[in-house]
Amino acid sequence: MSEADVVARLRDGMTIGIGGWGSRRKPMSLVRAILRSQLRDLTIVSYGGPDVGLLCASGKARRVVYGFVSLDSIPLEPHFRRAREEGRIEAVEYDEGMLQWGLYAASLRLPFLPTRAGLGSDVLTINPHLSLVRSPYADGEELVAMPAIELDAALIHMNRADARGNGQYLGPDLYFDDLFCGAARERFMSCERIVESGELLREGTFHTLRINRSMIDGVVEAPNGAHFTECPPDYGRDEAFQREYAATARDPGQWETFKKTYLELPDEAAYQRAVRAR
Amino acid sequence: MTGATRAEICAVAIAETFRGDGETLVSPIGTLPSIGARLARLTFEPDLLLTDGVAMLLASVPPLGGEPHEPPVVEGWLPYRSVFDTLWAGRRHVMMGATQVDRFGNQNIACIGPFARPKAQLLGMRGAPGNTLNHPTSYWVPNHGPRVFVEKVDVVSGVGYDRAARLGERARRFHEIRRVVSNLGVFDFATSSRTMRLASVHPGVSVAQVVESTGFALEIARDVPETRSPTDLELEILRTRLDPLGAGQKELGG
Repeated sequence: MSEADVVARLRDGMTIGIGGWGSRRKPMSLVRAILRSQLRDLTIVSYGGPDVGLLCASGKARRVVYGFVSLDSIPLEPHFRRAREEGRIEAVEYDEGMLQWGLYAASLRLPFLPTRAGLGSDVLTINPHLSLVRSPYADGEELVAMPAIELDAALIHMNRADARGNGQYLGPDLYFDDLFCGAARERFMSCERIVESGELLREGTFHTLRINRSMIDGVVEAPNGAHFTECPPDYGRDEAFQREYAATARDPGQWETFKKTYLELPDEAAYQRAVRAR
Repeated sequence: MTGATRAEICAVAIAETFRGDGETLVSPIGTLPSIGARLARLTFEPDLLLTDGVAMLLASVPPLGGEPHEPPVVEGWLPYRSVFDTLWAGRRHVMMGATQVDRFGNQNIACIGPFARPKAQLLGMRGAPGNTLNHPTSYWVPNHGPRVFVEKVDVVSGVGYDRAARLGERARRFHEIRRVVSNLGVFDFATSSRTMRLASVHPGVSVAQVVESTGFALEIARDVPETRSPTDLELEILRTRLDPLGAGQKELGG
């Protein structure tokens, strides 16, 4: 598949989960394809990084479900902040463990999972849809019933994959990419390189094969596709580019220039050329 | 050894918050918390579990910043999923930052102003709600002032003692706000009303200065002790091993 093929399977108003964490191993080529599309009114579920910032800045996201949004080396995501401060998006903010529980519940086809996280904090007041549940056992403990977060689509990025949808991460952390896939009706995976199934164990042990083809509906080969987020061991974060991106939140003129240079392009290949031409 | 800097005093005060933690995962957020946790590990708490800040548990204790002299020795793997499991199991002590903190230890890192339309959006809740209900939590404030130590936080991310008390005994049984360490002093909640108490002032800081810099009435004992100074061994470890480039002082703006 191409990035455009993935976008063609998405619809206005969908709830889309995005894998990775902060500014780490994000399926950015798929995010950029959404930015080029006519899609609108999206709900984005993410351990947020520049995926959330870009979708907020471009007006694609109407609602964001998150535990945090950060660029890691730049702690606060400036485009997300602006969208929040200007009241342009609806925010559903959870504890980051609750977010995991919501995805896990959806992936297990359960209506909710109980957790202590959230009790006593303003997570409950800013999310009036959350309910408590009492343990039916002798302890009678009252817990938060974290509702399943069901996704229409999940987007993740892996280091390697085969054409049938077996994915491999070669970095230090899977994050919650398997749960994003589990929670979604349609699952799309980009990867740095598509290899033969028989080559998957060449670069990592079997422990790295945590995404299998039953969890995936489409594979996109996207070299440097996580740019400018990190994708170790293939590449680190492009800090200079990230700084440039972050600086554009301060000035509408700079943001327009950034959009023209990097986002309003015909395809991902043009983006990669623009990045190389810097 | 020449006299300790404020950053070195803070590093020791932070290390002291981990005293007695034993074989516990320590998650220090920020530069001086990382230095302090590593100092505790190299001195009086050798069993602490520390990560490289990513996903590896380290058997070695590398310096903060600069190139380590030798490659770090990995003793385990702790991706985020395992961190969450450890957190819920309670075998963890986190030291987080606090954009605002109130007298009961309620902490805010989510936003300033009303949540619906914040004046300033910050990080988001992160793990604070779950951390505070599941295991000991401490806070580090490098810029003690009345805008940080406030009467009432705008949004409660980390749960303080007043809210925990209202939850009932079962829900609050793992709740502990251990200490708040700032650039001016050390604070705890060892009072009958569980409100914040000035436990010690750093050398060179007066009680009046702390009171002036705090936006609510602190509990203050008649004789407030001075935060203990680093031992010669601690100073040597800090200067030659953990923070040779002075990253700690930079976090204090110096």
